[in-house]
Amino acid sequence: MTTSGGAAVKAAPWKDPTARPYVQVDHITKSFGDFKAVNDVSLKIYQGEIFCLLGASGCGKTTLLRMLGGFETPSSGKIFIDGEDMTGVPPYERPVNMMFQSYALFPHMNVEQNVAFGLKQDRIPKPQIEERVATMLDLVKLGDFAKRKPHQLSGGQRQRVALARSLVKRPKLLLLDEPLGALDKKLREHTQFELISLQDKLGVTFVVVTHDQEEAMTLASRIGVMNHGEIVQAGTPSEIYEFPSSKFVADFVGSVNMFEGKLLEDEPEYVRIGSEELGGTIYVSHGISAPPEAIVWAAVRPEKIFMSTAPPAGTDNVVRGAVQDIAYLGDLSIYLVKLPTGKVVRVTQPNTSRHAEAITWDQQVYLSWDATSPVVVTR
Amino acid sequence: MNYRSSYFILTCLGLGFAFLYIPILSMVVFSFNASKLVTVWDAANSPTLKWYYALLNNEEILDAAWISLKVALINASGSVILGTLAGFGLARFSQFRGRFTLNAMTTAPLVMPEVITGLSLLLLFVALEQLIGWPAGRGITTMTIGHMTFSMAYVTVIVNSRLATFDTALEEAAMDLGARPLKVFFVITLPIIFPAILSGWLLAFTLSWDDLVISSFTSGPGSSTLPMVVFSKVRLGVSPEINVLATITITVVTLMIVGVSWWMARMAKLDKAAA
Amino acid sequence: MTGRGLVVVLPYMWLLLFFVVPFVIVLKISFSDIDLAIPPYKPLLEWVGKNSLAIKLNFNNYAFLFTDRLYINAFLNSIKVAFISTVLCLLVGYPMAYGIARAKPALRNILLLLVILPFWTSLLLRVYAWIGLLKANGVINNVLLHLGLIHEPLTMLYTPFAMYVGIVYSYLPFFILPLYANLEKMDWQLLEAAEDLGCRPWQAFYKITLPLSRNGVLAGSMLVFIPAVGEFVIPALLGGPNALMIGRVLWDEFFSNRAWPVASAVAILLLILLVPFMMWYQSVQARESAGAR
Repeated sequence: MTTSGGAAVKAAPWKDPTARPYVQVDHITKSFGDFKAVNDVSLKIYQGEIFCLLGASGCGKTTLLRMLGGFETPSSGKIFIDGEDMTGVPPYERPVNMMFQSYALFPHMNVEQNVAFGLKQDRIPKPQIEERVATMLDLVKLGDFAKRKPHQLSGGQRQRVALARSLVKRPKLLLLDEPLGALDKKLREHTQFELISLQDKLGVTFVVVTHDQEEAMTLASRIGVMNHGEIVQAGTPSEIYEFPSSKFVADFVGSVNMFEGKLLEDEPEYVRIGSEELGGTIYVSHGISAPPEAIVWAAVRPEKIFMSTAPPAGTDNVVRGAVQDIAYLGDLSIYLVKLPTGKVVRVTQPNTSRHAEAITWDQQVYLSWDATSPVVVTR
Repeated sequence: MNYRSSYFILTCLGLGFAFLYIPILSMVVFSFNASKLVTVWDAANSPTLKWYYALLNNEEILDAAWISLKVALINASGSVILGTLAGFGLARFSQFRGRFTLNAMTTAPLVMPEVITGLSLLLLFVALEQLIGWPAGRGITTMTIGHMTFSMAYVTVIVNSRLATFDTALEEAAMDLGARPLKVFFVITLPIIFPAILSGWLLAFTLSWDDLVISSFTSGPGSSTLPMVVFSKVRLGVSPEINVLATITITVVTLMIVGVSWWMARMAKLDKAAA
Repeated sequence: MTGRGLVVVLPYMWLLLFFVVPFVIVLKISFSDIDLAIPPYKPLLEWVGKNSLAIKLNFNNYAFLFTDRLYINAFLNSIKVAFISTVLCLLVGYPMAYGIARAKPALRNILLLLVILPFWTSLLLRVYAWIGLLKANGVINNVLLHLGLIHEPLTMLYTPFAMYVGIVYSYLPFFILPLYANLEKMDWQLLEAAEDLGCRPWQAFYKITLPLSRNGVLAGSMLVFIPAVGEFVIPALLGGPNALMIGRVLWDEFFSNRAWPVASAVAILLLILLVPFMMWYQSVQARESAGAR
């Protein structure tokens, strides 16, 4: 039974202060002229992890990945892989391999020759190369396609060749640049689980770059969310999702309802926020650290909001509104509910019953949520 | 495209190709004409192969053809090396000292009138001979140098534009898998851009084989190329042996082009079948 | 970094020595005197006395060119001929390039081959073909006489008309190919969108295709105009004694008159005339490739 991140997740080495990181990125900056693509990034990645760099295009994640691979030299800072300083080392001398977004399969060589290429560079004896290539092709289920050329393969098959080629050298670190971007949805889901299973079997440390947060959530043992060249938060998928450290992360990963407000009561065990946007008060059952009179945002995920036609008990965490739009997605429905203040709240509900009292457009509903649901962010 | 405009386009295409090919066809037809006047068809004695025999026994033309061949072969091979280096440098290295100059020097020969290039090369060779004694007189060496200078510009353009559409990720992937840059060039880049290099070689060969002006400036006694001999003949008017030469040239070129196209189409078909 | 340098140093040095340095020499000789010697010019620098070097710059060659009507006429005529030829190539070549770009892929390759084939055949031979077609007892006259359309042979050879035919004929592929390369990249759906919004086909062509093909037209025009200005072979074979083209003047000065300094001056002036056009061509190419990436 495999889960995202495999063995690493169970061990959670990032929580152990004595654990030695496998990949250490120390204050790395990369500037192109005046523009800082990567700005003072530090990271610790542990062996066996699947670490995802998540962010929008232009956030610096690909540049960071390329620096790990040796295709860009950092303007300042150091990179350590398995304890060794690899900062200036060129790609052909690093124990690191990369799976490119376009797969970059050599068109003039067949599948076998593509996969064998890296082994040939290491001058491994021919019989060994043949054996390792055959094993790897079987592992990615391409054994019958060994003599085919890349243009004779489908997109999914090409991806598996690229994967086989980058893994056959048993690198210490595998870098994957948007590995599932070119695949259609069904194939993507299938490949996600295959990737995890492969990683678990071989025990290679993965660093994956993606802009697709679903992909990151499925694959990763930990995610590093990037924005403007910086890592704004690093943590497990559930940490990122349930406890975002900023508006940006809350909004970027999954959808969220953000209510701006002021602290009315600030106690160690709870806070009460008054929000004009909401037209009500939000009660959060844990303390936060924020200066008095600070403007804060309460983030509530759409799936944590209850929708009912009858008014629920209590005055905190309750608001009335009218259903403005409904999107039916099969397994769940998304409701956009307009509040009297004008703010539109997004609510998702699973379609558990086929004949439930259907909520329709323009219907007046009550929205409410648990006191544990909101996450308060101060920036 | 509606019908009216496509008829217009079709007519233009038809007329245009007729314009391009009627002169060529007329040369071929009249190469079989017995009359020495070439364009006056001698129905009684034609068609005949007598001018073909005459050409193949014409020492002057055969010697000149041999010289042209030597120069063209050396030129093509040398230009390909120089042009590939320059094309690779311009395509891959976005910044280096002298990039602007190299770029200008490889595009200027494409448009420069040949009289200017020819004159300047000759004056250079004369000055060099005065200064260091080399080259001793003009001949095949100076002609080849002259041809290579303008041919490499064409090869540079071809290689440069081929590399522009080349996925650099392929080179990065090869380096990532352990190959050093030089190996990457020979094992990955070169094989993939080989068709472009081949067409560069063919282009350089043809440019040299057909060149008149630069050859005239840079040749010496006893090193007349085929175009130079042809030119001196046609200045005086038509000559049936030239028609024969034209027919042979056109036939060879056509066979080569058709042959290459057919071969490439066949490769593509085999490829598809294997998939 | 040194690796990079090694790659480009060979072609760089070659071109510097065999392309750029010669121009400096041409410039130098354009300032020297003609001499009945081998080589037929006097040296520029002469030692006078023990430690003085005299440079004698003879501007007479240039003065001569500017005052003698022959040369001025030759320059002007060359520009005029090149310009008209370029326009003719545009009129003939644009529809052809357009037609090829719009054809189905299989047909397109054949048509391209047909355009390229004459290009691979010697220019000299193809120009020679026109001699056979245009002369008094040539093919065209014979056909027209035979059909009774004329009663006397037309004088076509050794006239400006023959020269224009020859230039357009030889340079047509040079116009079609870069224009085709440009048109081929066009998104034809733009025309469909225009027609969907109410444009007639000719309007769509004028407002959309033509402006977008501007770079291709410019590139093709430069590839015809610039070398045509200095063209020698075609005027020599087809133009007759009255076809005054500067390329021919240069050739005659050099080979017939052995006046190397004057020929050099002609070359320098021709170069100065053409350099702005060459730089324009460079910038058009740069814009085109920037747009492509």
